[in-house]
Amino acid sequence: MPDPQPHLGIYDLHTGYAKKEVLGGVTLDVLPGEVVALIGHNGAGKSTVLKAAFGMLPIWAGHVALQGSRINLPSPRIMLGHKVAYSPQGNRVFGELTVLHNLELGGLTLASKAELREGLARVLLLFPALRGRTKQRAGTLSGGERQMLSLAMALITSPRLLLLDEPSLGLAAPTTRKALDVIHALSSNQGVSVLIVEQKVREVLRIADRVFVLRNGRVSFSGKASALEDEARLRAVYL
Amino acid sequence: MNIRCTGLRKSFDGVIALGNISVQCPTGGITAIIGPNGAGKTTLLNILTGFLSPDAGRWFVGEREITGLPPYKVARMGLTRTFQDVRLISMVTVLENVMLARPDQTGEGLLHAILRIGVAGEEACNQREASRLLQFVGLEKQTNERAGTLSYGQQKLLTLACCLAAQPEILLLDEPLAGVHTDTAANILRLLQQIRQNGKTVVFVEHNIAAVREIADFVIVIDEGTVVAQGPPREVLNRPEILEAYVA
Repeated sequence: MPDPQPHLGIYDLHTGYAKKEVLGGVTLDVLPGEVVALIGHNGAGKSTVLKAAFGMLPIWAGHVALQGSRINLPSPRIMLGHKVAYSPQGNRVFGELTVLHNLELGGLTLASKAELREGLARVLLLFPALRGRTKQRAGTLSGGERQMLSLAMALITSPRLLLLDEPSLGLAAPTTRKALDVIHALSSNQGVSVLIVEQKVREVLRIADRVFVLRNGRVSFSGKASALEDEARLRAVYL
Repeated sequence: MNIRCTGLRKSFDGVIALGNISVQCPTGGITAIIGPNGAGKTTLLNILTGFLSPDAGRWFVGEREITGLPPYKVARMGLTRTFQDVRLISMVTVLENVMLARPDQTGEGLLHAILRIGVAGEEACNQREASRLLQFVGLEKQTNERAGTLSYGQQKLLTLACCLAAQPEILLLDEPLAGVHTDTAANILRLLQQIRQNGKTVVFVEHNIAAVREIADFVIVIDEGTVVAQGPPREVLNRPEILEAYVA
């Protein structure tokens, strides 16, 4: 049987900031319903991959494809239309707005109020800590709660492909585990494809099917996540 | 110099963030504040540094009460901080970020800025000190890059350099290891130990319990706005209830 068409394909991607090239030809893919971890040193280019794939950064060379179709000029609007959601690093929420208003903004592209209501109910079920805080200003939430809100904003549109940049940032160990379990459940129960950047490598390898390691803007290792279960192997490719 | 507070209370829209907190962080040591998300750790830091007003309570640096002082006055008392998110001036260089953090610069005054009397010499001195700090945190190769182009881990190191440029006696660091690679995290821990050796007091909020075990002299555990345990790490972090609730 032929391999399935990747949900997300990134091919020979070159991009950077101003004149500084950060990615020097990155190729990776995410198969439907798969969780793919992208790990590496700070500055390796992990966040840049997500930004470029979502259309937040111009692509200098190479291209991005969704389910085999090349996206010529990716932009957040186009990617959202393809049911792709992106949760940036650093729990970016609107601090002056309430939790509810943040969630409503996350669901801005939903077609109807009924869909928004359904989305709200679903994400509040996923993140019960937010349930009693819908009227609270997001700026007064703790860092971990803001991170949950940021994730909930990404999930409210029921995306089919999730691009997550350090979803565990600022989360305590037990909460990290729960958040990653939620992501894993989305993949295994609902078939959502996930490309996840994470520094908590052991935790993310627990839920990932495959892993790509970036080093200086290039893929230095790719393979099954289980291949890095061995500590020595992990240290060799990651450290 | 130590930092302490007594009877701190704070609530947000009816949700209690801190309920009568009294703690003291030892002088010249490293104190770690741990606890689950939403426990009130950052709220405590925000109050101590003047970024948030509590509903009640008092706080002190050494013998001097700093209750209610705005952040810039707190900083002048020798207490600087970092935030969970990185707050830098992204459009200027790494070096300029550190130079700007130096306190009491002659060029801050309008007249001196225009006439430049005594400014050039002081700026040269500031630049030397900023370069030394960048070397200290391992960012000397990035000196002339724009801060916004640094990786997250490098930006964390830069915020530490900016903090040190303010010549503090006490550093409050909010999750200095969050989002950084293992190597960078080890580097930050080494820097914190060096800062302690220089006689400074370090207080850091952290979820990385292995790091807390490695460098902290004193641990404060906060949950639901109250202190549930405090003491040396070998004592506090080995309690079964703490292990189960916050570490496992």
